Amino acid sequence: MGTYVPNTRDEQQLMLEAIGLSSMDDLFSTIPKEVRLNASLDIPKGMSEMEVSVKMRKIAGMNKVYDTVFRGCGAYRHYIPAIVKQVTSKEEFITAYTPYQAEISQGILQSIFEYQTMICELTGMQVSNASVYDGATAAAEAVIMSREKSRKKALVSATVNPMTIETIRTYLDGTDMEMAIIPEKDGLTDIEGLMSMLGDDTACVLIQQPNFYGLLEDGDAVGGILAGTDIKYIMSCNPISLGILKTPAEYGADIAVGEGQPLGIGLSFGGPYLGFMAATEKLMRRLPGRIVGETTDSQGRRAFVLTLQAREQHIRREKASSNICSNQALCAMTAAVYLAAMGREGLAQAAKLSMSKAHYLADRLCEIDGYELVYKGEFFNEFVTTVNTDADKVLDILSEHGILGGYPLDGKHKGCLLWCATEVNTREEIDNMVRILKDIK
Amino acid sequence: MKLIFEIGNKNRKLDLMPECDVPVADIDDKYKRKKELRLPNVSETEISRHYTKLSRRSFGVNCGFYPLGSCTMKYNPKINDEMAKLPGFADIHPLQPADTVQGCLKVYKLAEEYLCSITGMDAMDFQPAAGAHGEFTGLKLIWAYHRDRNDTGRDKIIVPDSAHGTNPASAAMAGFSVINIPSTEEGFVDVNALRNAVGEDTAGFMLTNPNTIGLFEEHIHEITSIVHEAGGLTYYDGANLNAIMGIARPGDMGFDVVHLNLHKTFSTPHGGGGPGSGPVGCKKHLIPYLPTPRIVERDGILAFDEKSDKSIGRVKSFYGNFLVVVRALAYMMTLGAEGLKNASENAVLNANYMLHMLKDTFDIPFGNGRCMHEFVISLERLKKEKSVSALDFAKTLLDCGIHPPTMYFPLIVHEALMVEPTETETRETLDEVIAFFKELYERAYNDPDSLHGTPLTTPIGRPDEVGAARNPRLRYYSD
Amino acid sequence: MSKELYFTKTHEWVRFIDETTARVGITEFAQGELGDLVFINLPEKGDEVIAGESFADVESVKAVSNVYSPVSGTVRAVNENLLDQPELVNMDAMEAWFIEVENISEKGELLTEEEYMKLIEE
Repeated sequence: MGTYVPNTRDEQQLMLEAIGLSSMDDLFSTIPKEVRLNASLDIPKGMSEMEVSVKMRKIAGMNKVYDTVFRGCGAYRHYIPAIVKQVTSKEEFITAYTPYQAEISQGILQSIFEYQTMICELTGMQVSNASVYDGATAAAEAVIMSREKSRKKALVSATVNPMTIETIRTYLDGTDMEMAIIPEKDGLTDIEGLMSMLGDDTACVLIQQPNFYGLLEDGDAVGGILAGTDIKYIMSCNPISLGILKTPAEYGADIAVGEGQPLGIGLSFGGPYLGFMAATEKLMRRLPGRIVGETTDSQGRRAFVLTLQAREQHIRREKASSNICSNQALCAMTAAVYLAAMGREGLAQAAKLSMSKAHYLADRLCEIDGYELVYKGEFFNEFVTTVNTDADKVLDILSEHGILGGYPLDGKHKGCLLWCATEVNTREEIDNMVRILKDIK
Repeated sequence: MKLIFEIGNKNRKLDLMPECDVPVADIDDKYKRKKELRLPNVSETEISRHYTKLSRRSFGVNCGFYPLGSCTMKYNPKINDEMAKLPGFADIHPLQPADTVQGCLKVYKLAEEYLCSITGMDAMDFQPAAGAHGEFTGLKLIWAYHRDRNDTGRDKIIVPDSAHGTNPASAAMAGFSVINIPSTEEGFVDVNALRNAVGEDTAGFMLTNPNTIGLFEEHIHEITSIVHEAGGLTYYDGANLNAIMGIARPGDMGFDVVHLNLHKTFSTPHGGGGPGSGPVGCKKHLIPYLPTPRIVERDGILAFDEKSDKSIGRVKSFYGNFLVVVRALAYMMTLGAEGLKNASENAVLNANYMLHMLKDTFDIPFGNGRCMHEFVISLERLKKEKSVSALDFAKTLLDCGIHPPTMYFPLIVHEALMVEPTETETRETLDEVIAFFKELYERAYNDPDSLHGTPLTTPIGRPDEVGAARNPRLRYYSD
Repeated sequence: MSKELYFTKTHEWVRFIDETTARVGITEFAQGELGDLVFINLPEKGDEVIAGESFADVESVKAVSNVYSPVSGTVRAVNENLLDQPELVNMDAMEAWFIEVENISEKGELLTEEEYMKLIEE
């Protein structure tokens, strides 16, 4: 059996004797007999490190790693610079606890402060927290942030990723807030529909940019309608797109959230990812979770600390607006190293490349009979097409060629695929796939 | 130290992206950002050195002893990280077809099997991303259970006053109101107070066992029975599971739902504050309410099942913090049934050894000289007599290269220091630390002033937290 | 000392302007116990306050404490200076009023200055 207990049996015995006990069992004499486990755990015998490595590799081998991915839908394969993985593998970062002891945690605190600054720069917002679990929980926390005594209704666009909508629903269920869905029109938030739903009880409006179908929403229209009202404008956005796309702040948003996974975090079968949250200064104290602030020490040296802690669960207990304790610190650092490595130009390049490849992919797909864009609006790096035959059959064939095709949509779009391209997709890959698709009868 | 924004130079950059090999697409100007994006302008050398500097100003388990009570800062085995980096785990899209992710789903299945065995639960769900997220999910199960039975008057969660603040916060977030009950003088749940608190409005009761004092609740069966007889459910906070693996199980104590912290007990690292993983386990009667999707097995194929009438719904975009679960599984495979039990035994042994060696010097108000995996020191006397607080003591430990114990928790102990050595420390380390603690205690009595200005050897001294909170500076402005 | 000034067991003061109007704050003793305040959550103008119930909370770096109303009535004014400068309470707690209440319909258990001084001595 493997073990990470350094003390030998002899040493353990000596320690037991030192405290006046004769066996390990004596340590547990305060546990009532009726709850003591008399049997061994039903878990296989322990293994050496080498055996574990072999076994885990075997399990990993049961998964298929696609050479080519044309699927996004909330998780994106982007290029991850080598420096990102190296830097974030440092043991001091991986094995540290939450930086409550500021004097010996300046490294992690500063990395979060830098992350917060970068998120503010990306979104145009004034304040950012240290991150939350993922994009969907960031959206749910933002909705909860928007609650006012007389405003408890969240309006969420139908074009927001369905997983985000489902998560918000779970978060609000059982509380005094409720959610209503703003209808969609031509794949976009129905602005007239939105206007007719606004009321004195509306707490917030949430839209996603680019939306679930990859389309660019008329964020200005929403901003115009909400300007001057007490209704919070929440925008969920793709952080890579912000290398070139208008910031939530420029649209007039009060809160910007999103999934930070594209910022140097691998696909990882869905997690761990990174939920970013930023807001106007006015809403600073409503932000949930950890926040790092800059201050000085007694000698006037620059210092960073976890601040505004009285908002949080460990102090405010049942009166806290959120129960979140952790942030995704290592993922936040990953995003910060990624953004530092990419820089303004690099990020803009990744965004432009992703958009260009997606448009090329769309053009090529539409050459095929029976493939058409479902929506005509402008899009970033995702779009929906019809398929000329059974979508599952198409996907199976692509899979045999090592290609993960578009995501098969459900409901009213059943039979359609949601495609995605990023900078990692080459022209050759796209041409190759189109050739394969043309051959499917 | 400079910020990454303060180093580098305009136009300095890395060359990471290729030339565009397709026609360049453009969009309408109205969708474009006007505001300049001010990211660092740095070379790869500068990034590398910047983060190396930051790492030297951080303190991980690899740097030294880390006895943070309730946080289980055990050593993080490297094989686990290596397994999480395998492309067969790290480069899998969460929306791949089921037949291409059988390995990922098997990781979850095996982890479920093992964790159910450890906790005595019937099912384990990995969707929650962290302990607090698991608490929220577990409490929603309780909420859904009562609602499904049309037992709608049950809107109160009972919590002992020694509980971690997350417990009441999670209960409130799940839509409950919270009733706090006092602890006994011995540090246990006050069974009579609990009996008086339960009723037709009781939805559930939350408890950590061993509790936050580091003691095993002696009347645990009675406690869970009282709640059940009143029609409520019982919630086990897995913060302290490291004391009892293979020795006692929440399921056998009468708990209906548990959450675990894989980053604590199962050594997946803390990552400087995350990511973690907070799986939720439950008994049969709560399975229908678990979040969607659930992993199911049909004809030998594992797959996500989105359908469930009674589910509380989704709590996160994609299912679980997968790579954290990979690490925890590798850990459980390495240790096996015996190794896990052995880990808990040695965690409790190390704590008792330290407690025994310190109890004649320090006030340890609870437990009569015994504990489970952690114990709580009170420096109230030192504070009164010499004006040396738990904070002063903790900050001075920083100069000794030791991470301080958890301070000022639980709230029911004044000037508390909560010590959890974990099983991965050697006897030599414990002996050294014991000597440090005693020396420091003596110094606090002889030269109390010398503890007030500490630490002296760390990158910064005590920061001005009041200033930070009164005038929040939460980001850097380039201009 | 004026007859209009009273205190509560929970360390608030209330200074009556007339029969149905008063200003409310926390005592010198309370601010000393709380230490440096970093933020104060105040109610809004027009909110109802109830004697014995919390109407505000004060944050120090690592704690948050409720402030209870000595009287029942309607909030007529809020001392917005405290939002930007919570330290005003630390500097002079008796001057740094939190709220002004009008239409006072009920008073809680109020102590005279003498009674309050005796209480905090214990």
